[in-house]
Amino acid sequence: MIRSFGYNEFLFLLSAVQWTLALSAIAFLGGATVGLFVALGRTSTIKPVRLATTGYIQIFQGTPLLMQLFLVFFGATVLGFDINPWAAAALGLTLNASAFLGEIWRGCIQAVPRGQWEAGSALGLRYPGLMRYVVLPQAVKIAVPPTVGYLVQLIKGTSLAAIIGFTELTRAGQIVNNATFQPFLVFSIVAALYFLMCWPLSLLSARLEQRYAARSR
Amino acid sequence: MALADDLKGTTVPRPMEKDVIIRMEGVQKWYDSFQVLKNIDLDVHRGERIVICGPSGSGKSTLIRCINQLERHQEGRITVNGVELGAHHRQLDVVRREVGMVFQQFNLFPHLTVLQNCMLAPLKVRGLPKAEAKAIAMKYLERVRIPEQADKYPGQLSGGQQQRVAIARALCMNPQVMLFDEPTSALDPEMVKEVLDTMISLAEDGMTMLCVTHEMGFAKSVAHRVIFMDRGEIVEQNTPEEFFTNPRSERTRTFLGQILSH
Repeated sequence: MIRSFGYNEFLFLLSAVQWTLALSAIAFLGGATVGLFVALGRTSTIKPVRLATTGYIQIFQGTPLLMQLFLVFFGATVLGFDINPWAAAALGLTLNASAFLGEIWRGCIQAVPRGQWEAGSALGLRYPGLMRYVVLPQAVKIAVPPTVGYLVQLIKGTSLAAIIGFTELTRAGQIVNNATFQPFLVFSIVAALYFLMCWPLSLLSARLEQRYAARSR
Repeated sequence: MALADDLKGTTVPRPMEKDVIIRMEGVQKWYDSFQVLKNIDLDVHRGERIVICGPSGSGKSTLIRCINQLERHQEGRITVNGVELGAHHRQLDVVRREVGMVFQQFNLFPHLTVLQNCMLAPLKVRGLPKAEAKAIAMKYLERVRIPEQADKYPGQLSGGQQQRVAIARALCMNPQVMLFDEPTSALDPEMVKEVLDTMISLAEDGMTMLCVTHEMGFAKSVAHRVIFMDRGEIVEQNTPEEFFTNPRSERTRTFLGQILSH
């Protein structure tokens, strides 16, 4: 039975937005938490730590996100874990986001002038205090615009979770299309909904960047 | 220097006189294959004020940065206040607490107010309660005559004011030695005096000071000893009177000719 695209179909797509947002939020929070340690590892003075985190970033930046999701989803099953698409998507995106955020934040940490580290060290602050009170507060200000910008990538990236069977916006679009056979209409609406999520963030990122540039001038 | 000559080629540490606060023995440092410090021997006595001068790249900044280990030396021994700087963090922590440093570029923390800049180390390194850290910070901000700026951010101050805050920030740790790394070189000319005056008043209080500076007027009036470095070596050291009127080495004469002629 072929249904035509109507109000109910639209509502179904709209309600799938919440899963896209939820998955984005979890991946962002997880990615940020792990990413902080990746960034600290990348800027560490201990060489093995630096090499390990560099390798981590290279692997996740150098392979497609879709492969990473496959590997988490099917890999967990192979290893004997019963993993549902929710958990697989959240874990895969968290790992991926942590690599990208780690690399973005590495740059921000290194953008804090050398003299700040030296002044803190000369006052007797050790690494944890130096990071917490001197370096990271300054790095955070630099990091906000590119981090918001990355959030846009992340939201769009969640669409790949559709392929491992997680019902977010893109998967909802596929389901509606299978029932209505109106791909152009359905996927236009899906794209528009993504745009409505991402566009404000892009604007915000650009605004923050301008404000930061004005302040540091 | 008879003392320095005695030391050459020996590895046995000499007995330390009680008033020696910093001792460098045979200190060597390389950046890759380039040697920046060559066999540096130096004793600094408690209350002594030393000015280190020399052409750029002579290793004078590196020398004082080795004392609090912002730069690591590869060979030789550095002892500060009875603690020998080794590989271990604990010695480094002890030494850094007792040695204050003032930088050419001030290096104030831009995200903290002047008061917070001064309170940070007493709070987080010494572990003092907040009220006490604040009282100490205000005391030293008054000492450098800038207490009214306590709630401003460094970016709102002039260069001279920032450098005086940097001096106050270092003093808040109640250090036994102060290191100055070209403290007036980044300042506009009209601001040099206020910083030098602050340093002179510190000197009058008996602070042990090592200053890398090209302010020869300051050296003449404040230093007990002037050290001239060139190519990683201490070429000459003497009282300011002797140093300026009767330099012994050719390199010193050339250097003095260059900086005093303009």
